[in-house]
Amino acid sequence: MWEYTDELKEHFFNPRNVGEVENPDGVGEVGSLACGDALKLTFKLDENGRIKDAQFKTFGCASAIATSSVLTEMIKGKTLEEAAKVTNKDIADYLGGLPEQKMHCSVMGREALEAAIENYRSGGKKKHELEGRVVCNCFGVTENEIERVIKENNLTTVEEVTNYCKAGGGCGGCQGDIEKIIEKIQGDKIEELPAAAPRRPGKLTNIQKIQLIQQTINEQIRPALRAHGGNIELIDVEDDKVIVAFRGMCSQCMLAEYTMKDLVQAKLKEFVSDTLFVEEDKDSASEPHEHRG
Amino acid sequence: METVYFDNNATTKVAEEVLEEMKPLFCDLYGNPSSMHTFGGQLGCKIRKAREQAATLLGCEPTEVIFTSGGTESDNTAIKGSLAAVPNRRKVITTRVEHPAVLAACRDLENHGYTVIELSVDKEGRLDLAELEDKLDDDTALVTIMYANNETGVVFPVDKIAEVVTGRGIVFHTDAVQAVGKIPLNLAKSNIDLLSLSGHKLHAPKGVGILYVRKGTRLAPFMVGGHQEAGRRAGTENVPGIVGIGKACELAAQNLEEENNKVKLLRDKLENTLLQMCPGSRLNGDRENRLPNTSNLSFEYIEGEAILLMLDKFGICASSGSACTSGSLEPSHVLRAMGVPFTSAHGSVRFSLSRYNTEAEVDYVIEKMPPIINKLRELSPFVTK
Repeated sequence: MWEYTDELKEHFFNPRNVGEVENPDGVGEVGSLACGDALKLTFKLDENGRIKDAQFKTFGCASAIATSSVLTEMIKGKTLEEAAKVTNKDIADYLGGLPEQKMHCSVMGREALEAAIENYRSGGKKKHELEGRVVCNCFGVTENEIERVIKENNLTTVEEVTNYCKAGGGCGGCQGDIEKIIEKIQGDKIEELPAAAPRRPGKLTNIQKIQLIQQTINEQIRPALRAHGGNIELIDVEDDKVIVAFRGMCSQCMLAEYTMKDLVQAKLKEFVSDTLFVEEDKDSASEPHEHRG
Repeated sequence: METVYFDNNATTKVAEEVLEEMKPLFCDLYGNPSSMHTFGGQLGCKIRKAREQAATLLGCEPTEVIFTSGGTESDNTAIKGSLAAVPNRRKVITTRVEHPAVLAACRDLENHGYTVIELSVDKEGRLDLAELEDKLDDDTALVTIMYANNETGVVFPVDKIAEVVTGRGIVFHTDAVQAVGKIPLNLAKSNIDLLSLSGHKLHAPKGVGILYVRKGTRLAPFMVGGHQEAGRRAGTENVPGIVGIGKACELAAQNLEEENNKVKLLRDKLENTLLQMCPGSRLNGDRENRLPNTSNLSFEYIEGEAILLMLDKFGICASSGSACTSGSLEPSHVLRAMGVPFTSAHGSVRFSLSRYNTEAEVDYVIEKMPPIINKLRELSPFVTK
């Protein structure tokens, strides 16, 4: 069971400002049914340009509803410039904190607010659109968005990024990509794990090499793919070329290419030999893929 | 506030009669049944009695009953133990909707060179037996298919499956954790080789379970150590737990009819009324072939965790297959395997009843549930009036 604060429960059981403002000045819609939560925020300004009324409609869990409710409370009476300064952390703090895995609810609140302000500034024309390269296809999260949650919340691990914006929480194919974004932003802030330097074997016979490749796939690669409904099979080894096939969720995932390079190839280089490279055997990838969204 | 406990597929109340049988075994009769002295040795009879009680419920011989620490251990023992006994076969067949105790154990086998086939289910959660037959071959070591699904209550035609599988000389295991005590079993007449059950789903305490091993089934021990359970499961017997599960089996045999009549009537009243009163609701799973106590309902455009929290405020205990309740971002693997659309999968609620539930409790939930659904639908941006 989640540990929710009393403030959160209060806003969940008695949400403020439910509904849609009539003739709104700004409308922000984010999230989707497939993603498991969605928020529609509407606001109206008074003659001084301050938010006179703000209302919300939310599909989602208790924390999604509670964060939407406090968001409307927080922005009322603010100018758009002031409102735009509200961060996801402010929203979470207002509720006395959120469980780590629910932080994405606060980010959704901030996104809806931005979308609504953007909509107002474009004269009601502009709807929220994804900007920048989409990194996580499962949940439609862009590089810009990921960079932003990393910066605003000082995140250093992929797991944290997933908690804050869901990216990486579906098929998991983009996790390598997210790691790179974290590295780019946080640089040396990332904790060096006390990982032993790769202890590579000396000269291997062909059979030893193939066995080691299989072992690396079993121990280092498959568990990561399995966590997200995917799988991998070793098809063949020709000199330094390792041929593998993706199964399950991975088999037709659009991000399989990243997984291939960032996970499979990297691990094989680390544990077996630097000279290895990986190719996908597309012919044997046959199982249907349930892609979402 | 009274608790209305409609989450019996998660765990059940220990029956008073079971507790009474167990009580003397903690501070008075606390001996070790393996001891040479009478004080410990006398407990052997109690274990024998429990084995007989379990055998009666299952329709098997007492020697075919092994006591374990629970459903998960029984499943792991059955899967790993039977594979170890046929080292030359490398294929295992299971389904996409198994309990994690089976699914994770099977997926782990892939790391050890096994091929694992997960059979799919249709929209109602049913298996295609032709697909299963198609996959059986000389390399298949084990087929493990659950008796009844914990989330939807859908019952698979396990006796038929066992006949097909064992007819090909392949070992068949079934995780019957949810079925035992709700469906009459007669293992002597079936072809099931291995069957797992768990005490705490059956009004016995947590921490005790049973693995049925048909005579002649080759099984390598999973836990090694002492010679307990005829060398098939090492470790000092959990005497209170074993005595408890024995009594619970006896009670289950007595109450089977009640489970199928009274509990089913309550479940049907709850389910039919809610489906009627709540807009955008639907039933998940095969209406016909289903456990008498389970109802898995989806409410469109709203989210399960929010429903559970509102029910919780009224003391009503249920569970959900929504993503948010699990801490993962994906809804239940069972509902996804059934192709339940995202509009419904996130808003699923499972009610699971027991013989301890009353009609008054059903009426209470019927009174509280529709306003909760309406309130959340008012909040939902996807519901248009």
